[in-house]
Amino acid sequence: MTAERVLRRGDDSAVLRLSEAAAAEIGNDPDTMADDERVLLNMGPSHPSTHGVLRLMLEMEGETVLRSKPVVGYLHTGMEKQAEQLSFLQGCTNVTRMDYASPLFSELAFSLTTEKLLGIEVPERAVWIRMLMCELNRMSSHLLFMATNGMDLGAVGMMIYGWREREEVLRFFEMVTGLRMNHNYIRPGGVAADLPDGWEAEVARILEITEPRLEEYDVLMTGQPIWRERLQGVGVLNADEALALSATGPLLRSTGYAWDLRRDEPYLAYDEVDFDVLVGTYGDCYDRFAIRLNEIRESMKIVRQILEKMPSGDYRVQDKKVTPPPRVRIDQSMEALIHHFKIFTEGYKVPAGEAYCAVESPRGELGVYIVSDGSSTPYRMHVRGPSFINLQTMPHLMKDGLIADGVAIISSVDPIMGEVDR
Amino acid sequence: MVSDDEHTAEEGADTSADEVDAGPDHETRYGAIVTDSLGDVVLHVDRETYLATMTAAKDDGFDQLIDLTAVDFLAYAAPRDLPAGVEPERFEVVVQLINHDRGDRVRVRVQVPADEPVVPSLFDVWPGSEALEREVFDMFGIEFDEHPDMSRILMPEDWVGYPLRKDYAVGSIPVQFKSASNIR
Repeated sequence: MTAERVLRRGDDSAVLRLSEAAAAEIGNDPDTMADDERVLLNMGPSHPSTHGVLRLMLEMEGETVLRSKPVVGYLHTGMEKQAEQLSFLQGCTNVTRMDYASPLFSELAFSLTTEKLLGIEVPERAVWIRMLMCELNRMSSHLLFMATNGMDLGAVGMMIYGWREREEVLRFFEMVTGLRMNHNYIRPGGVAADLPDGWEAEVARILEITEPRLEEYDVLMTGQPIWRERLQGVGVLNADEALALSATGPLLRSTGYAWDLRRDEPYLAYDEVDFDVLVGTYGDCYDRFAIRLNEIRESMKIVRQILEKMPSGDYRVQDKKVTPPPRVRIDQSMEALIHHFKIFTEGYKVPAGEAYCAVESPRGELGVYIVSDGSSTPYRMHVRGPSFINLQTMPHLMKDGLIADGVAIISSVDPIMGEVDR
Repeated sequence: MVSDDEHTAEEGADTSADEVDAGPDHETRYGAIVTDSLGDVVLHVDRETYLATMTAAKDDGFDQLIDLTAVDFLAYAAPRDLPAGVEPERFEVVVQLINHDRGDRVRVRVQVPADEPVVPSLFDVWPGSEALEREVFDMFGIEFDEHPDMSRILMPEDWVGYPLRKDYAVGSIPVQFKSASNIR
């Protein structure tokens, strides 16, 4: 199979290009489909395997999926419009709610873009704190994937195990940021607060707990014949198709295409740590599972290096324009109080211009494009959500497969609907 | 605080002056005018040359379309940072491309007039543009010519208006629900 399959526009393409109104018409008049065995089947938006509110329109022949169409928008709350009302300082509270399984990556992409427009460079310690938090977030996000992937395929025990390990990471996030999710921790100019005392011991404990439990996952899933049978050869994508459909992240890497922004376009200090970019061979659901499982191990490898190399210094840039004064100064100085008040009410002005920055989120390239007109709110903020774009591959993965495999495919694309709909 | 504000205004002026200086050297690539935006390569095209430029970029190794979005410049307060020879219009379609072999990125900005918001679709060049073009159509009302399924994607199919346009108000709007009577 080549990219030609993707490019086809006709009735034999994988994508069902049918409006909901037309689908309802067909539902009302069964004769329209009576000429063959084809049935139009609706799946979701409220279905346990759809990871939130994904709806699929499936054209079925018996149990085989012919064409399909993901119907999205059920969680759409106009977050890009909302971003135009919020100052650059408040922006992170908005973007962090998009991909709620890996909120720190959205905050990071937003902050990097704002910093690019501002032309400021954050201190070294802030860079390494960001890296530490993001790699731990990658672990928690992939652990959540392990849990839901197991659950979707009938390994119900795995759901509990995945969440158990993820909880350890979230507990650390709560210790650092005050929240388990939607942290608003990474902000333009650095991070919100320094790491608390005893963070090294806590991180070391998480690594110590997680390591042997990943071995248990291997026993429970990786080497298990039923698990392999259920995933191998299901939902196959090749590299040409993945590139043509703008797929990124584990979906692209599963096809054997080694592309990881951390290695290929290093941001933060990823060029100073050692890690491997994992690729698959067959581009099937099993490869995507294995890549994510082993990316947890790679993230742990990076976290270990960060533990050794964490520099001392400031956790945010000392630029009066973007950084509020320290808390103690507010009690001593009227000017500091006014300064604090101004930053949190008016915000800071960002020079006119446009910028795009991308980071490697657990789902692929997460980019933020901001246009500023020189005021304290973004004129336009757009998020390139990897979940949204990766969803385009779903009809192609499902084509000619069984509907039972569809559940495995939805799970292995790993869409977070908050980011899809924004 | 007053001094801080002045500092901000000065910096803003500096940046825009830099960009204007960088503009008029008129370097071209794939038939488009090239400018630099904070270190990124930006190509400026009009609608007539858009598809030709994109096809040339694809042939030159830009193997993946990373992102496609639009901006409505109706209420833009600052001067537009466009090079001489590019006529500013209300809408701009912004496309991010990547060349994996060279590790190279470009951003393509297309001017789209308000009275005829139609742009050729990139579906035949990069099929991955399908959902992104639908999103731009949904949010800005910009139509993509030859797109296989030009329909709304995030808003309900029967929604009226284009939410990300600048003349679309923020605030309390009665919620529209799709008529669900005849769906089984």
